[in-house]
Order: sequence, then structure tokens, then C-alpha cells
Amino acid sequence: MPEHTVSAFDVELKELGRKVVEMGGQAERLVSDSVLSLIRRDAAAAQRVVLLDATIDQLQREIEDKAVLVIAKRQPVASDLRDIVATLRISNDLERIGDLAKNIGKRVLAIEGEYHPQKLVRGVEHMSELVLEQLKEVLDAYAGRDPEKALEVWRKDASVDTMYTSLFRELLTYMMEDPRNISVCTHLLFCAKNIERIGDHATNVAETVYYMVTGGMISDDRPKADASSETTVSFPPRTVQG
Amino acid sequence: MNSAVDPTFNLSSSVAAKPGAVEAPVKIQVNKLNFYYGQNHALKNINFTIPEKRVTAMIGPSGCGKSTLLRVFNRMYDLYPGQRAEGEVLFDGVNVVGKDLDSTVVRSRIGMVFQKPTPFPMSIYDNIAFGVRLHESINKAQMDERVESCLRKAAIWEETKDRLHTSALGMSGGQQQRLCIARTIAVRPEVILLDEPTSALDPISTSKIEDLIDELKQEFTIVIVTHNMQQAARCADLTAFFYLGELVEVGTSDVIFTNPKEIKTRDYITGRFG
Repeated sequence: MPEHTVSAFDVELKELGRKVVEMGGQAERLVSDSVLSLIRRDAAAAQRVVLLDATIDQLQREIEDKAVLVIAKRQPVASDLRDIVATLRISNDLERIGDLAKNIGKRVLAIEGEYHPQKLVRGVEHMSELVLEQLKEVLDAYAGRDPEKALEVWRKDASVDTMYTSLFRELLTYMMEDPRNISVCTHLLFCAKNIERIGDHATNVAETVYYMVTGGMISDDRPKADASSETTVSFPPRTVQG
Repeated sequence: MNSAVDPTFNLSSSVAAKPGAVEAPVKIQVNKLNFYYGQNHALKNINFTIPEKRVTAMIGPSGCGKSTLLRVFNRMYDLYPGQRAEGEVLFDGVNVVGKDLDSTVVRSRIGMVFQKPTPFPMSIYDNIAFGVRLHESINKAQMDERVESCLRKAAIWEETKDRLHTSALGMSGGQQQRLCIARTIAVRPEVILLDEPTSALDPISTSKIEDLIDELKQEFTIVIVTHNMQQAARCADLTAFFYLGELVEVGTSDVIFTNPKEIKTRDYITGRFG
């Protein structure tokens, strides 16, 4: 795209884009650190995650201030306007992602020292790998202004949902097997839900990138496979002793 | 380049996309219009539709042909030898460019307001009455009524009612421009052409004119040439972008200013050239 006649406008837009990419990198790291702290039961790392979320919040405020200023000064239209709207929306999603990672960190601190079989964490870990991949891909799509890649991320969110539904079922089963699991499993369930929500935010970002580049909305219905709200696991029938 | 310009431009779908804008009949239809200033080919094969009682904005860098097109609409070029138009400009189905219509008739039905306010050096009242007397013979009471109603429509009655018989040249620039609009609508045209009507005005006067444009479109078809893109975005139902004598793209202003189809349009409205 050719440069603006007013070169300061280009500088401002690039600066905004750079900040979003920076924020994306921080959000990614926060999510991955929070899950690592869960897997390794590392309270210190979890504590760091909880504290670091503030830097993401700070970046979002900076982006918002700058974007509002650019709108006031330049009255952007067309692709420039979409760029700035995208900046605002994406920074909003990234800020939420930061909050969700922070919440995982808090839960790691809450279940510190509790009975914590490693196999329970494995499902959450597996899901987080997929979501982190989604997040990385969508941030690449933003940086490369690639609507096709954004569309790919958008389509893949259904597999995160499917994984979440089966994890939901699995954790319920563990709780039934042994009530001592309930506390940990409940926290893990929330962690899993957080990760699933992070996936949803990545999907929002994908929609925004698509809009930013093409000016259109993704026309299909969003693929949804989170069936956890309809999922129950019943107790196995009591065996009658003869 | 002409790919985005659909000669059978579908108003029902595109105008309806803007909230409040509904389907509108065609007021002016431009078919294969070419215009020459001597050797200079200023408009190249323009095909374009202007809907009735809507605001259509024409934008583009200086020398792109937008003012030329405006001048063709009311046969202004007739005044200059060496300027000629080929093709058709159908005004309610009648070709304005051909010899079917007398220029003065055309100009009474298609009024024009210029960049710089051009009040006549006479009283406010006479500025309006002058044009009316050329076309109609009406009595004093009817004329008084006409003057008042035009000044009201041009949103300048309150400011002028106590000084109708003082010179129009004593008014501010913004007031003079609204007087010129009042004078234009006094002869009851169907179309009002506005050639950069606010470029010489301060922001408050500009807002008043824009507000007025919004009012006037209830009654008139309005075509506005403007260098102020925000003004086109604010006032116009349709926006047409011209470049080097060609019509690059036309569409609802909502689309042109959020997601134009042509790269040239995007580059121009986002300030990347021009």
C-alpha cells in the first residue's frame, strides 16, 4: 500500500500496529506461562503471571488512547479506519486473554499443595497447546494481513470446543470416582473453560483480521462444538448385593 | 478501471443500503459522455446515474473533471467557444447536451451555487426577486411570500428579515452563500448543483450549509462537488470518485468511505495521493 501524503499518519498507524503485535506476544507468553505453572505446580511462576497481567492492561490503555487520538486528528476512512477499529477490537480481545491467563495463575495458587494427579492436568495441557497454536496463527495473520490464514484459525475453533466438551466429561468422571478430586477438578474445569474462552477470543481476532483486510464479515455461521452446557455424566447404577 | 462502474447502477439495492435512503427514480442519466476543452479531453466516456431527491457527491483531485461534469449539467459550457460535449445527459429523459432544450430553460430547472458566494450588488430582497422576475410575472404580495419562503428554506430568514432592503454585500460569507442558495431555489429548480459551496466558509457556516443540504434534499435533487471528503461522507447518499477525466467508482457513501472497491478510490480518500 502506498504511503500517506501526511507521513506522520503512517508513523502513527505503524506504531499502533506494532503495539498490538507486542501485546499479542505478551498475551501468548502469559497464556503459555500460566499453563506451564499449572503443569509444573510452580506457584512462583503462577504468581508472576498474576502480576504480569497488569502490563497487558497498560498496553491496552495506551493503544486505546493512541487510536482515539489518531481518529480525532486524521479522521481516517476506508482501510485506515478499519485498521484502527481492528486495533481497538484486537487489543480488547488480547486484554481479555490476559485476564483469563491471570485467572489460571490464581487457580494454580489456590490448588497449591492439594492432591493433584498428573493425569488430570494432561487434558488441559493438550487443549492449551491447540489454543496457543491458534493464538500464534491469528497473530501471524494480523501481522501479515492475511485473511485466508485468519479464516483457517476461525474454522479450527470447533476442535477446541470438542476437546473442551470431552475434557468436561472426563473431569466430571474423575470427580465421581473420588470426591478428593473435586476441589482440584473444579479448578481444572475452570482452567479448561478459560482456555476454551481464550480460543474464542482468538476466533474474534480472526474475524477482526478478516474484516480489517477485506472490509467484509466472515459470512458463515461460527462453528461451535462446545456441548458442555448440555453435558452430564450420571452415576453408574448401584450394583445390588445378593 | 471501469469495472466498479455499473452503467445500470442498481439504485434500489445500493441506495437502500444506507439507512433512511430508499429507492429513488433516476433524475439525471449520463450516457457515454465525453467533453473537450479544445484539444483537451476532459471527461472520458462517463456513464452515471443521479437519483431524484438524493444528495450525490463528486470527489476527486483538481483537474479530474468533476466540476466540468457539473458545468455540463446546466450547459454552462455553452458560454465558451471551443468547448464541446458528446454523448447524452438525460434530464428526466430529455437530452440536455443536445439542442432539444434552451439553455435558460435548463438553467431554471438546474440551479447552481458556486464556490465563492456571488450575491448581486443589490438588496437581499432583490437578490431573490431578480431571478424570479426573469421567469415569472407575479404580484408584490406573491413576491414577498416567495422571498420569505426561500429565505426560510435556506435557513437565513431569521437573520435577514429585518434587513431585507439593505445590501446583500454587507452580509458575512456564510450568510451570502445561504442567500445564493435561497436565490437558486427561488426559481423553483428541480436540481441544485453545488460547486464546493463551503470551501470559502468557516466551520460554523459550513455546518449550517450541510444542515441545509440535508433539509433541501426533501425537495430537490442535489449534486455537490467537494474537496472535503468528510463533507461528502456526511452529506451525500451517493459518492462518485473521478480521476483524470474518468469515473473510477460510484456507490453509496457508506461503502465508498468504509470499503471502496477500487484501489485508486481507497488511495485518494485515505490521503495516499492527490
